[in-house]
Formats: sequence, structure tokens, C-alpha cells
Amino acid sequence: MVEIPQVIRAFGTTFLNMFKKPITEQYPEEKHLYPPKPRFHGRHQLNRYADGLEKCIGCELCAWACPADAIYVEGEENTDEERFSPGERFGKVYQINYLRCIMCGLCIEACPTRALTMTNEFELADDERGKLIYEKSDLLAPLLPGMAPAPHSMVEGFTDRDYYSGKVTGATPKQIEEAGN
Amino acid sequence: MTILANSNQPKSNDNDLITAVIDGIAVRVPKGTLAIRAAEMLGIEIPRFCDHPALSPVAACRMCLVEIEGMPKPQPSCAITLTEGMQVKTQNSSQVASSAQEGVMEFLLLNHPLDCPTCDKGGECPLQNQAMSNGRADSRFEGTKRNFQKAININAQVLLDRERCVSCARCTRFADEIAGDPSLELLERGAKQQVGVADDQPFESYYSGNTVQICPVGALTSAAYRFRARPFDLVSSESVCEHCASGCSLRTDSRRGKVLRRLAGDDSEVNEEWNCDKGRFAFRHLMQDRITTPLVREHGELRPASWPEAIRYAAEGLRNQRAAVLAGGRLTLEDAYAYSRFARVALGTNNVDFRNRTASSEEQDFLTNHVAGTGLGVTYQDLEDAQVVVVIGFEPEEESPIIMLRLRKAVRNKTLKVIAIDSANSLGFKKLNADLRLTKPGNESAAISELIKDLQDQNSIILVGERLASSHGAFSATVAVAEKVGARIGWVPRRAGERAAVDAGLLPNLLPAGRKVFEPRDREVVASAWGVSVEHIPTKPGLTQLEIISSAVQGEIDAIVTAGVDINDVANHAAFAAALNKTFVVSLENRASSVIEFADVVLPVGAITERAGTFVDWEGRLRTFDAVMQESLALTDARVLHLIAIELGHTFKDDAKVTSLRSSYSSLGAVSKPGTMNLVAASTTKTGLVLAGWHHLLDNGSLQAGEPHLAATARAVVAKVSSETAQANGLISGNRVIVRSKLGAITLPLEISEVAPETIWLPLNSEGSSVAMQLQIDIGAEVSVSDGGAI
Repeated sequence: MVEIPQVIRAFGTTFLNMFKKPITEQYPEEKHLYPPKPRFHGRHQLNRYADGLEKCIGCELCAWACPADAIYVEGEENTDEERFSPGERFGKVYQINYLRCIMCGLCIEACPTRALTMTNEFELADDERGKLIYEKSDLLAPLLPGMAPAPHSMVEGFTDRDYYSGKVTGATPKQIEEAGN
Repeated sequence: MTILANSNQPKSNDNDLITAVIDGIAVRVPKGTLAIRAAEMLGIEIPRFCDHPALSPVAACRMCLVEIEGMPKPQPSCAITLTEGMQVKTQNSSQVASSAQEGVMEFLLLNHPLDCPTCDKGGECPLQNQAMSNGRADSRFEGTKRNFQKAININAQVLLDRERCVSCARCTRFADEIAGDPSLELLERGAKQQVGVADDQPFESYYSGNTVQICPVGALTSAAYRFRARPFDLVSSESVCEHCASGCSLRTDSRRGKVLRRLAGDDSEVNEEWNCDKGRFAFRHLMQDRITTPLVREHGELRPASWPEAIRYAAEGLRNQRAAVLAGGRLTLEDAYAYSRFARVALGTNNVDFRNRTASSEEQDFLTNHVAGTGLGVTYQDLEDAQVVVVIGFEPEEESPIIMLRLRKAVRNKTLKVIAIDSANSLGFKKLNADLRLTKPGNESAAISELIKDLQDQNSIILVGERLASSHGAFSATVAVAEKVGARIGWVPRRAGERAAVDAGLLPNLLPAGRKVFEPRDREVVASAWGVSVEHIPTKPGLTQLEIISSAVQGEIDAIVTAGVDINDVANHAAFAAALNKTFVVSLENRASSVIEFADVVLPVGAITERAGTFVDWEGRLRTFDAVMQESLALTDARVLHLIAIELGHTFKDDAKVTSLRSSYSSLGAVSKPGTMNLVAASTTKTGLVLAGWHHLLDNGSLQAGEPHLAATARAVVAKVSSETAQANGLISGNRVIVRSKLGAITLPLEISEVAPETIWLPLNSEGSSVAMQLQIDIGAEVSVSDGGAI
């Protein structure tokens, strides 16, 4: 048996791989080709009801559940002049410190109004520590068509319970007008 | 096991002990002990909502059901007194008790909303906790929960959410039994039962905050704390109230260096477990208008300066000047002690006075001989045990609300009679069922002399207030009567730091601990405690605040050091302002004050939450506290004075830290027996209409700034006269009345009330009625009145 020279044998793996399809992911140029799994724990989001009112009631249960002490919340009372959420209470200050967050998702389980969920966004790196403390404005869900930005009143004739059971389908002209002001 | 009675229980000797068995453990307790209390002593926890040791048992919530041998059904342990041989089985040893409690909990939760995430009580809620420990895992209820309108105000500060109420009646019992403001009631019956107030009658009480604290669910919440925080956010610290001389112990809850709420602390010897709304809700002054950096006046303007520059500037301004110290009535004992020492040694003067209010030389004599350095005197317990308590120039509810609660407790027990000598009737006097001797201001000494027949052979106590200083001969008459009948005297100032100021020697004739300026031996003792030579303590008694002001106006005083003084508190504030204008003023303050515009140097000191210290309450009890904000770098008054003293070339034995000042003060000991006061005769009775009044508990006081909800619970601001006086002066009830002095006027709605003859009563510092500012007179001064027309 002819012995293949050492030098060629050593390159065997290399040559073989020259004919295989590369598995390198071209991040970040082609990241759309490789989305995370649907239930990946990414950046948090503070959701809104269909009319744009916030779901967060500032109850701090997320902060309580957090094993890394990454969440800071301050609640406040809604008034008739300035309403951010249905019901009595809303979250005035909402901060998540992504230097601390371990993406465990216990906060999501704790949230009583499904205000807090996690997106698939994973690109949480920055060049300054301060930038990694996300404020409420960074975490709030984008306004979808049909929503009016809070503060504005609740849909007329609806209670916070109606909101919670999903009866609200979109902002009314009155709400849009209030939000516009 | 033998359990001895504590103060809340019926007093008994060994023969009155009975033996009962709880969960198989025999316990010997005094007759009349409730089963739930005996279980507590054994460390057995029975769940409960309505039970509260300071309130009478009602067995309203039924949560504390236990099995008692021989009784057909489970019994509420909070209302069952133990009898000899009684066998009690709690949920720990009895299935009957356990399932009874689970059943009660299921009923309580039927109508309880599932809004724990929005509820302020969430996280510290007995209902949450006991539902977990003594409730079923699930509910069998399938109907719709009862709905009420969400939170409604029962007064401006306290909100009621009826959906959450478990009808335990703690709040209504508190209102009725403790505060004596029974407008809070249980209304309706059955499933509709709810706590409520009459539509036109809010829960007007100075003690309303306590109902929030004792509510076992989130039904009562306060506007000030509503939705602000969760218990796990908060750092709780024990502290002492800075508002009045009652000396309440408090629990201060803070987050990130900010006080979010205050609760009554538990101190059976002082405030039991209550406090007043001012102490509970007025704390924003700790954070508002704070001065953060030293300020120095340059070209007529204050500009920020560094600490070394400001200290040097202050020292240069004070060096070799004829100086005085006006130290207010809000200082801790340690700070007052430091001012006392600084004035004597560094400024070489006895010109010190803390009385930024009506004061007299007779009062000073009284304080010197009967208060200064006497240590713990008449106590709250003594008030409770007394047969007669006389209050003179002192309205307990308005001027020291915890004394009012203690007196009322004894009055309700029918062991105490209260006699009041004052210018007008009040809700407080009515609640105490006081024998009120209406007295025109200035005539107190005659009324006091007549007390002898009431106090003979009685265990009696006389409480005198700061207002008595405006009545010539009143202190003398009090001392004379007390000596004759063997009564004890308690001096109740209005401000929290006044007693400490007397003890620290912030008076022109006094050194710390009751030592006297003119006694060589006293000077030596004090000098050695300070570590200075005795020549450093001036021998000549100094000037009082009034004298300091007039001397400064005449150019005989060059420099004034002030602390916690508001010039608008005194009638001669125009002269006060002129005096400050003329002199070099060093102001030690934590927030912007009326003195700042005159100050040449402003040195910021820590607020009461930022440093340790000791208040001395009216009893003479030391109320020591630690800093709430442990990480604060703020300086105490004492440290700042120490730095100036060093700059002036004076050193002391200690470093002016709180602990070293405390031990330096205590090394001086206490005065063994009272001195002899120089008794003065009353002056002739005043003729004509005179001014009377007192401060409302909730008014325009600077420590109540920034509290809109609290301010809205203040009492109505009205002028009061008797119907005879109204008739004689042509005043009409319901109309406005114009009260005039030579320097100003006040217009207020008029109320016909029980007021002494030839007297008009005004609140001294309320909205629209600031007597010192507007009329520029003291109580007892003559005024003229006229009808101000319909409102």
C-alpha cells in the first residue's frame, strides 16, 4: 500500500471542507436569514392595549420577582386629566438594567396584566454603562395603527375590566383627539 | 409556665392567676386574659384581623376561631377570656379549628377583589399572608364579586376602598375609643356592610393616619403614600418625630435617599402605637428647599462657597465681636449642647436664647429651677395613673396630641378628671370631658390659685404650656399651688427641641444640665467637661432674645449666630429683621428660611433624617435616634460649630461627634432637687377686649410645607367669641370679624363659641390668621374688633 505523504494527509480535512457548504453566518450583514427561535428571551417590551393605553400598572411584581434586582419601578396614580393606563395606577418610572438582567423571564411570569413580555431582540451591547439602563420610553411597545399615544382617557363606557378581557379594539376619535392635544 | 401580666393586662397578684391549656401546653395567666393573648405569649400564632390589643374585642372577623373543649362550636379566641382548666385547641392541634378558619377565610375572600397588584397593602398584607397560611388553596365561589366605586375620600388624606374591606371594625373602634372622633362608622348590614362617613361630615381627626396603619387589608390608604412603593423597596429605620414635644417613636421608610412614608413606632411608654397626622404625613420638609452648599455674601449677594472658605468667613466675622446665639426650639440635645458651648467658649458670651416665641423672665426663672437638668419627671404613665390633671395654657390635642390620647385613655377608664384653665373651649377639651375654667388671658394666676380646693388630697399633676409665658404671675401661682397641695408640674413646650435647649443651657443664665452661670462650682464642673479653663466661661448672665434684638438694633451687638429660627414667629419681627440687618449673621440651616436674606454666611446642616441625635420630650425622656440616611455626608450643627471654634482658636476635649457630645452631656449628671423660684405677684387685671389663641396642630408651620393633602384636613380657620362679647361689640355670628391691633388687622369668619369674657380667640398661625405677622402682638394684648360684613 502506497503511503500518502504526511504533508498531504495533514491537509486532508482542509481539502475535504473546500467542497462542503460553509456554515458561517454572516452576522450582522445577513442576520435576517437567521432569526432567533420564537421563544428566545430577548429585550423586554412594555405592551399597550389596542387603543394605545399602557398595560403596566406599576405594581412592581416584576421587580419583586427579579433574581438579579435589575428592574426599578415607581408607580403613580392616574388622574382624569392624565391617564396612562386603565384603572387607578400606572408605572411612572420603569427601568431595566441590562447589565444585570439575566434574561430568565421570571418578570414576565410575574406580570399580572401581560404588560411585560420579551421580544426576540438580542443585540444588547453598548459602549457606556448608562446606556444599558433602559427607561420606560425605550421599552414601550411601538404605536401600531389604530393606537393613540397615552395619556388619554379610556374608551367611553369601558372599565378596566373590559380592557383586561380584551374588549377594546382601537382608539376612538375622542381618544385620538385627546392624544393629539 | 407562668406568664406575668404586662401593662396592657388587668393588674393582679398571684392569687388571681388561673391555669388553662392551649394546644396541650399549660399556661398560668391573670384572670380575664383573652385566649388569643395567652396563645401569643406561648408563641402560638392564631390568625386574626379584627383583634388589636389596644382596642376592645368585637369578634367581628371570626378568623381566630379555635376549638374549646365543652363548647359545641368553634369560638373566637379574641373574645374568649380564659377560665380555670379551659382546654383550647388552635389550628395547630385541631382539625375543627383549622377547617373553621379556612371556611372563614373563604368567606372573607368571596368579595375581596383580586387587585393585589394595584393595592398599597400588597406585600405587607395580613389578608394575603393569612390566606396563604390559613386559607384553602382554591375558592368554590362561582358568582360575581360585589362591586363598589373604587377609592373614596373619607377625608382629604385618607382613602377608603370598600371592596377590600373585611369589616373588622378596627378603624371605627380606633376612631371611637382612641381618637374620640367617632364620625367613622359601619353602615348597612349583611353583604352590603361598609365603613363610611356621613356625606356632609368627613372623618375629621388629627389621628386619621392611624386607621391606615391598623387596617389589616388595603381598604384604607393615604393619599401621600398611595402607589408610591412596595415594602421590599423600602428601608425601614426607627426614628423620633421632630414636630412636637410628645416624642413619638416613628418608623421611617425610605427609598434611594428619599423618605416615602412614616408610621407610628411602637413604644408603650410614650406613644403606645399611635401618632398624629402631622408626625405621620408632614415629612416633605426634609427634602424641600434644601440648601446644598455653603453660601457667603459678597457685594450684597449670596454666592456658593467652599466649606473652608465659608468657615473662615464666619470665623472672621465673629472674631472679637459682641455676639449672640439665637438657637430656635428645634435642635437635638447634642446640637443644643454644642451651641451652648460655642457661645460661652468661642464667642465668650452668655447671650443665648432658644425662645423664638412669647417668653418672660418669670418663665425663665421657672425653667431654671423646675425644668433644667431635672431628667425624667412627670411621665405619660403618671398622667394615666393620676386622679386629676390640670392643663393650663396648653390645649393637649392641638399642642401635644399624644398627651391628649393618654389623658383620654384614663378619662375613658373613669380614673381621671381633667381640669383646664384656658381662654376657649375646644374639641380636645370636650373629648377629655374637661372641667373648663374659661379664663381671660392675663387672669390665669387668679384661676390657678383657686385650684387648691380641687387638688387637695388628690394624686394630681399640673401641665403648663408655652402660652403661659404671656401671663404675668401664672408660673408663680402654679408653683405655689403645686407646693401647697403636693402636685407635680410638667412643662409641655410646643416644639420638639425646647426641652433639650433648656437642658443644654440655651438660656442666658444657664449652663448645661441645670448648672447656673453665676455659680462658680457649676462653671468649674462644666469647664472640665468641656476641657477648657474656667475663665473661658463668662460669669455675667447674658441677654434674652428680646434683649438681644433690641441691643442689636441699638448697635450693641455686632454678630448673631442663628439656627432654625423663623423671624415671622415673633410679634416683634420688624425689629428682629432690623437687628439681623444691622449685624453679621451666621445662619446654620438645612432649608431656605426667613433669616437667609439677612445672613452673611449660610452653613447647610443635615436634616433630621441625615444624622443621629437625641430629642428630649416633655417628660424629660431622652429620645435617641440614628440617621435614617446612613450614607449622608451632611454635617450636624455641632460639627460646623466645632470647625468655626477651631478657626477661632478654641479646642475642646472631644471632637463634637454626636456620641461624644452625648457622653459629655451625661457626665454632668442631673439636678437632684428643684431650685427656689422667685415668685411674682400677678399684675392688675386687664380691662378691655384682649386677644387669645393657640396654634392649630395643622397650620402654616414651616415643617408642614408641601403637604397639600395634610393641609386640607386642617381645622376651619375662624375667630371665636362668646355671645356676650359678640353682643357687646356688635359682632354677628356667621359674618366676618375684623380684629385690629395698632399695627395691623386680621379678617376672619366669626363663630360664637365658649370663650372667656372680653376675649377674642384666633388661631395663631393659620391661613389668613398669622397673628405675629399681621397683628404683631402677643396673646393677652388688647385688640379692637368690628363687624366685617356678611361672607
